Amino acid sequence: MKKIILDPPEIARIITRISHEILEKNRGFKGIALVGIQTGGVFLANRIHQKIQEIDSVSVPLGELDITLYRDDLGLKKVGTPTADVPTIKTTSIPFDLTGLSVVLVDDVLFTGRTIRAAMDGLIDFGRPKQIQLAVLIDRGHRELPIRADFVGKNLPTAHNEKVEVRWKESGDDDYVCVINNEEGNP
Amino acid sequence: MRLSKKDLLAISELQKEEIELILSTAVTFKEVLGRDIKKVPTLRGKTVVNLFFEPSTRTRTSFELAAKRLSADCINISSSSSSLTKGESLLDTAKNIEAMQADIIILRHSSSGTPALLARHLKSSIINAGDGTHEHPSQGLLDLFTIQEKKGTIAGLRVVIVGDILHSRVARSDIYGLKKMGAEVEIVGPPAMIPQSSDQWKVTTRYDLDKAVVGADVIILLRLQLERQGKGFFPTLREYARLYGLNASRLAKANSGVLVMHPGPINRGVEISSDVADGLSSVILDQVTNGVAVRMAILYLLSGQSHE
Repeated sequence: MKKIILDPPEIARIITRISHEILEKNRGFKGIALVGIQTGGVFLANRIHQKIQEIDSVSVPLGELDITLYRDDLGLKKVGTPTADVPTIKTTSIPFDLTGLSVVLVDDVLFTGRTIRAAMDGLIDFGRPKQIQLAVLIDRGHRELPIRADFVGKNLPTAHNEKVEVRWKESGDDDYVCVINNEEGNP
Repeated sequence: MRLSKKDLLAISELQKEEIELILSTAVTFKEVLGRDIKKVPTLRGKTVVNLFFEPSTRTRTSFELAAKRLSADCINISSSSSSLTKGESLLDTAKNIEAMQADIIILRHSSSGTPALLARHLKSSIINAGDGTHEHPSQGLLDLFTIQEKKGTIAGLRVVIVGDILHSRVARSDIYGLKKMGAEVEIVGPPAMIPQSSDQWKVTTRYDLDKAVVGADVIILLRLQLERQGKGFFPTLREYARLYGLNASRLAKANSGVLVMHPGPINRGVEISSDVADGLSSVILDQVTNGVAVRMAILYLLSGQSHE
């Protein structure tokens, strides 16, 4: 069963709010940079980047980060998938020096926190940010690491076996957030 | 996507999709090599053993660097310092290395087929780093990567491979890889150095380099194996250089934007003149740089999958 949680106008409002919150917390755009985590986080980071440009007419540094090389489960067998695919590595591009900046990591769904752990390790290989903050569209709970988001679009209590799906206009759909219940036939 | 086997033994065994997977993965590792901190923690805790029974600078260093950039532990064993000099068989040596929990064994050996032998008997992944006159797949893949990087594509290019095709494992890996990726391949060399079995590769064979370079997009030169001199394959070095050495006047007949490649080590003044080796068309040092990225991709893809 698929349940729509957020529709396009709601997502647009959340992006506007998060953008204002980022500017408020950092007292303006000075010294901030946005880094989206592949792939959903990259779309969200681009939208926040645009919105900040609309609000303050300034283009803050923007990067994208792939965390595959920093994962902690490479080569581990997942139950039921004896021939797991090797994760495809996507683009990492941080075309600015992030030393001394307040870097806002951006991801679509915050779940176990393991992706964010990997992303922080990755970021630090590019320099020494003054601060790392975290912005997510959905916080679905079930943390396995002591990680907390600074900016949350929506807190969404879920069961562990449910799947949160975020679709973006950029990948050929419309903006939607859905919850899929695994017990009802969706693998 | 994943590679279908636990080992990398030969390009002839790879599907086109597997070659494409390795090449696209290598692009992302090339980005890592451009960072200030050129190291990622991906293969932390994995052990890579370089088992080399023939001399090598480039390949061994390149694999070692690739393993270290991925945070794997890397051990080098060369024939002179190993127990093979005490009479231990290759398989026993390899089994002992595996018993020390090596995840990947990289083998170079003078006998064709030895990596396949180890692959059959061991659970560790085996990477062929050159076996006899059979194949040198990582070199072939880095050549493909370099061509794709510089030319944007491989399909449809005219690639000329010059030299001792008979003894060259690099030539074999290049031919299999280039054909699978859709290039048009020509081999050129003295008649005694063209194998009789070359028909099976479906490549054009020529004996005249002056004619072959006309319209070439890529020229791959092979090292003239000086240790084979005096075995009757060619009369003198000077004659070889005159007939099959690439110099500036020959290069001028090739297409504009031609790439000159060489797996190294180069014999200046024999198969390649110094001005060509150091010239604008030469991508010989790019090949070396790309070698590390391609080998990182190979190590990543072989250890990222959980076999069995």
